[in-house]
Amino acid sequence: MANGSGRPLSPHLQVYKLPRTALLSITHRITGVGLAVGTLLLTWWLVAAATSPAAYERAQHFIGSFFGLLLMFGWSLALYYHLCNGIRHLVWDAGKSFELSEAERGNQIVIGAAAVLTVLTWIIGLAVW
Amino acid sequence: MASNSKTLRSPLQIARGLGSAKHGTEHWWHQRVTAIALVPLTVWFIFGVIRHLGADHAAFVAWLESPFSALMMVLTAVVTFHHAQAGLQVVIEDYVHNEMAKILSILAVKALCFVLGAACVIAVLKISFGA
Repeated sequence: MANGSGRPLSPHLQVYKLPRTALLSITHRITGVGLAVGTLLLTWWLVAAATSPAAYERAQHFIGSFFGLLLMFGWSLALYYHLCNGIRHLVWDAGKSFELSEAERGNQIVIGAAAVLTVLTWIIGLAVW
Repeated sequence: MASNSKTLRSPLQIARGLGSAKHGTEHWWHQRVTAIALVPLTVWFIFGVIRHLGADHAAFVAWLESPFSALMMVLTAVVTFHHAQAGLQVVIEDYVHNEMAKILSILAVKALCFVLGAACVIAVLKISFGA
């Protein structure tokens, strides 16, 4: 070992292939930060609606634009991922599902649920829009 | 706690259980409480947004004029910003190691979350009370 202690070193992120569990863990944090940025749009939307019909139309126009829809898609996926993985964190907080096999099954449930909910939301959303 | 115990902590410190940060598990607990509250609030919010996609101003105002919708939207905004500032604080504490930069960025994030949260609440109340 490079530090001469004979003890394992912490993973060097540039050369270390993250396990799926670690990848999902950092994704939870990244989506959390992304959703925090997304609250700017939520604030704009509500404040615009409270200001005037014209201001509200501008916000709706931006959300309905290509860039706006792209952001909305990203945020909906991030929201569902953070929601599903957050529920998994609450299960862990309750002291359950710590075995590696359970964590790997949890990975699949979280990814699957987030993907299905996102696609379902957009199918319904585009249908009623 | 027996007096011959090997701990250096006083029995009072142990009973209080606040640790070196003097906050105990309060921050962690708040993050969990807000997380649990956000599960139903987020589901309500998503349904609300889908039902008002492309809605004109009158329809949107009519939605938030309902006391229940206003209540849910205020709760969603307040709990979301509380959860966001708690989460962002942990992220900053993990990655920003310069003490001054860390404290200033945490204060900036908290200030921004308070301002945005208050703006959301005032906006919803203004619509709801028809001002």
